[in-house]
Amino acid sequence: MELIKSITVPVVLDYDYVTGRAQSRFLRGIAEGKILGQRCIECRRVYVPSRGACPRCAVRTEEEIELPDKGTVTTFCIVRVPSENLAFNPPYACVAVLLDGANIPFNHVMQECALEDVRMGMRVQAVWVPKEQLGPSMTSIRYFKPLAEPDAEFDSYKEHL
Amino acid sequence: MRDVAIVSFAQSAKARDVRNEVEILMPVVQEAVKRSGMKRTDIGFTCSGSSDYLQGQTFAFVGALDAVGAWPPIKESHVEMDGAWALYEAWIKIQTGDVDSALIYSFGKSSPGDIAEVLAIQLDPYTVTPLWPDAHSLAALQARAFLEKTGKSERELAAVAARSRRDAVTNPHAVVSGAVDVEKLLAEPYVCSPLRAHDLPPVTDGAGALVIVAGEEARKYCKRPVWIRGFDHRIEPQGLGLRDLSRCASAEIAAQKAGVHRARVDFAELHAPYSHQELILRGALGLGDEVTINPSGGALASHPLMTAGLIRIGEAAERIMSGRGRRAIAHATQGPCLQQNLVCVLEGD
Repeated sequence: MELIKSITVPVVLDYDYVTGRAQSRFLRGIAEGKILGQRCIECRRVYVPSRGACPRCAVRTEEEIELPDKGTVTTFCIVRVPSENLAFNPPYACVAVLLDGANIPFNHVMQECALEDVRMGMRVQAVWVPKEQLGPSMTSIRYFKPLAEPDAEFDSYKEHL
Repeated sequence: MRDVAIVSFAQSAKARDVRNEVEILMPVVQEAVKRSGMKRTDIGFTCSGSSDYLQGQTFAFVGALDAVGAWPPIKESHVEMDGAWALYEAWIKIQTGDVDSALIYSFGKSSPGDIAEVLAIQLDPYTVTPLWPDAHSLAALQARAFLEKTGKSERELAAVAARSRRDAVTNPHAVVSGAVDVEKLLAEPYVCSPLRAHDLPPVTDGAGALVIVAGEEARKYCKRPVWIRGFDHRIEPQGLGLRDLSRCASAEIAAQKAGVHRARVDFAELHAPYSHQELILRGALGLGDEVTINPSGGALASHPLMTAGLIRIGEAAERIMSGRGRRAIAHATQGPCLQQNLVCVLEGD
């Protein structure tokens, strides 16, 4: 008798994911072309997107501030593996962007830049979809592009790698 | 053995909570810590229980730490189990002498997915999960086995549900409560024969947290600390066909090892998500009619998954703290058809 070496068991589960209050406000901001962060009342750190809490101080973050769509690449990786539901064809650069005034980087995709030129410290800016296409989704920011500015000093982002 | 006491407890439960897990959890954790009077940074150990499958997000339990404040760095652990097992781990940690206090929390939102389907994932991945038996159907199989073996009736199941809802009237965290007539319940259609809607746990989003402290130090933080006098948990085989579903062998052993009957039992909080399971557990734990069962309304009134077991322990502790009983049995379950069971014996001074 031949042994069964493997079986395929499809698993499909549907979820209605609840963003919560803080992320909901962030996404509504994105739909207006604004990036909203939240500042901790104790340590003054700014989180974006905020989950409504400061993980260091364990307090709710309620003070909201609008952040510029410019920032610094703290780290990156080149994606060479294709995946479903991606707007970009590999290879492309996935970058961690520390927005000016924020204390936590968030991930996005870099374009308008040769892969070999992507580097830590690079100054970048968001490229948005046209105003009429804005919606409560991170895809409202199409990608980040390089800015014609000198690289940021390592010390300015070394805490955020 | 070191004496360990529960010094504070807090919870949240709603039928459908629009907040995310961190937003639900944070006020609960803060309330438990505040009630203990301990400084967050003085708590020796933090242990949590949850399941990422409820959210459908990997490492969601790590994200939940945002609610706790893990800075300066804390000693922390997590179990992919109901928070009652996180309490067990913290209790063991205290027994080793490594720490003298702990914060335990758990959270669970049952509302984002079809919870009865999501729970099929915990079954044998080769022979059972591919058939996608939902949790209610498996519970119904167990209920049928129990009714046939014992000769009990659906009316007795409805009586459990009616009593739970009546007792839940005074519980602000109940999502189902009220005076109901057993006849009326029995006139309702089956969800999964022999179970009707009232025999099933309500979909609940919630969180629970408690603080435990070792030794006499506990009196500093609570006027009437609730001592953990016995603690045990046992598990049965994963294969449903290997078990006698009409009884609960693991709960029987856990009850015996925890010393349930070393003294008189005033009341019990049993984690019985389905009505018939309360009757099975009553038998397994040897609790007679003189013992009040689930004065909080139990899991039929409020059932935030992964935390309903911890809440049983918290409810029992609060009841003892407020002088409404001296010795209680708290129980938690996990897995299909009461597969794993934990028994905790609680006593006031």
